[in-house]
Amino acid sequence: MAQLTNAKVKPPRRNSPEYREYLRLKLRAAPWWLYAIIAIAILTFITIFTNIPFQKAFLFIKAGLSVTITTTLIAFIFALVLGLLTGLGRISDNTFFKNLSTLYVELIRGIPMLVLIFFIAFVGIPGVVNGLKAFGIWLTEIGVSGIGGWLSAIKNEVPMNTRAVIALSTTYGAFLAEIFRAGIQSIGRGQMEAARSQGMSYWQAMRYIILPQAIRNVLPALGNDFISMLKDSSLVSVLAVRDITQIAKLYAGRTFQYQEAYITLAVLYLTMTILLSFLMKFIEKRIQKNEQR
Amino acid sequence: MSSADDMVVIQDLKKHFTGIEALDGVSLTVKKGQVIVILGPSGSGKSTLLRCVNQLEEKTSGEIWIDGEKLTHNSKQIDKIRSEIGMVFQHFNLYPHLTVLENITLAQKIVKKISKEKALENAMAQLKRVGIPEKANNYPAQLSGGQQQRVAIARALAMNPKLMLFDEPTSALDPEMIKEVLEVMLDLAKAGITMIVVTHEMGFAKAAADEVVFMDKGQIVEKASPVVFFTNPTHERTKLFLSQILNH
Repeated sequence: MAQLTNAKVKPPRRNSPEYREYLRLKLRAAPWWLYAIIAIAILTFITIFTNIPFQKAFLFIKAGLSVTITTTLIAFIFALVLGLLTGLGRISDNTFFKNLSTLYVELIRGIPMLVLIFFIAFVGIPGVVNGLKAFGIWLTEIGVSGIGGWLSAIKNEVPMNTRAVIALSTTYGAFLAEIFRAGIQSIGRGQMEAARSQGMSYWQAMRYIILPQAIRNVLPALGNDFISMLKDSSLVSVLAVRDITQIAKLYAGRTFQYQEAYITLAVLYLTMTILLSFLMKFIEKRIQKNEQR
Repeated sequence: MSSADDMVVIQDLKKHFTGIEALDGVSLTVKKGQVIVILGPSGSGKSTLLRCVNQLEEKTSGEIWIDGEKLTHNSKQIDKIRSEIGMVFQHFNLYPHLTVLENITLAQKIVKKISKEKALENAMAQLKRVGIPEKANNYPAQLSGGQQQRVAIARALAMNPKLMLFDEPTSALDPEMIKEVLEVMLDLAKAGITMIVVTHEMGFAKAAADEVVFMDKGQIVEKASPVVFFTNPTHERTKLFLSQILNH
């Protein structure tokens, strides 16, 4: 259906009655919402560059951009790995991995993200660190001093940026797991049977036959979650990580210029998400083209 | 239990699905070079029997020997035996993300560890055999159903199988494409490849089968040469089946 609307129809001759109808349909189909957003962004950027208080706010807040972007990117890469493993676990025949994966997904899905971030940063990570240290001390006592000494020397102070990345990737790993699971299950049973009937092992069939098709199917969903993660990375400001949200908060608190700080902040997020969704549309179009081969 | 000229020996094979007795004590011997056609109403257990031979379906009880080797639960052995048995499915099950050539070479390379050049050479030879070498670089979606099924046959043949299993290979095809697939299968039968074919194509059974096996309710009702089977069946159930499919 999408091809019908996208098809390049030759426009009728100007001033002919058909031309008016053609123009009317074309105007109706245009993405006005997008033009509105672009207009808002352009207006804001013009304001930022002409209006001194906005300019100051922008120059201050943009220092957090690199933290926001690197936190999101690194956390997303870890979440992809975690999500793929968990997704494979969810459909596994192995009782242990199946239950472990399901437990993880259900736990994460039942807790608000903000609470999870607090929990992982202030309960989960210190707990794991203390556990590892205790294990290291015990290992040293029973004589395995190599690994034991190394483990017991772990510093208590895990940097907040690292905690933020761990918290975000743990949370999103559960969401991505469901995407991967659905993607794998969307591939017909016949594909696995054909691969196995040729003597491929389960993992060979997964790697060469099932996953390439499944991942292609879920790319749009993964892109969506990447955009969501970029937005949700603002939550790590509660850990005092200096991302754009935290810095905007600091700036607003210090100067009392709430409008300048938060309008600039919102437009920064909007710009990034719109650029990303353009990129996604581009990738999706390329996939569609490939499928029409 | 299995002598040197037996390719498949099945002994008292049983398969339960929850609530159903899909196979209820089936014994069958297929000699090397033989073409066996299995007929029967749907739900009679034909496909299940075929799928038990390469263990896509796990048997409940009974024994199966392939070329003298007894099937076990060892996954290495299962993978090895599967690589020596070609299977052709009703819905072709080509890999849609790979070209025709990649479909045929993939398992040769990763299962049989054949070099890329040898695998390609072999793939082209098989494509010529099924009559569509010009489609080598197309994707499955660009082929007709009949062409896809011929690629599936080439993919199975490329593994140099001892035995070919056909699970209703023409049931999902448009009527005018059935012939091209059956012709390829007839060629294989003439070439002496051991085949077990589940089908509804009586013409193929008459022309190619060494023996016809008729199944009903998970059991083998009758086993005979095609001449005897179609002209002088002994069993009442067989007569009923034949009268229903031949009288229209």
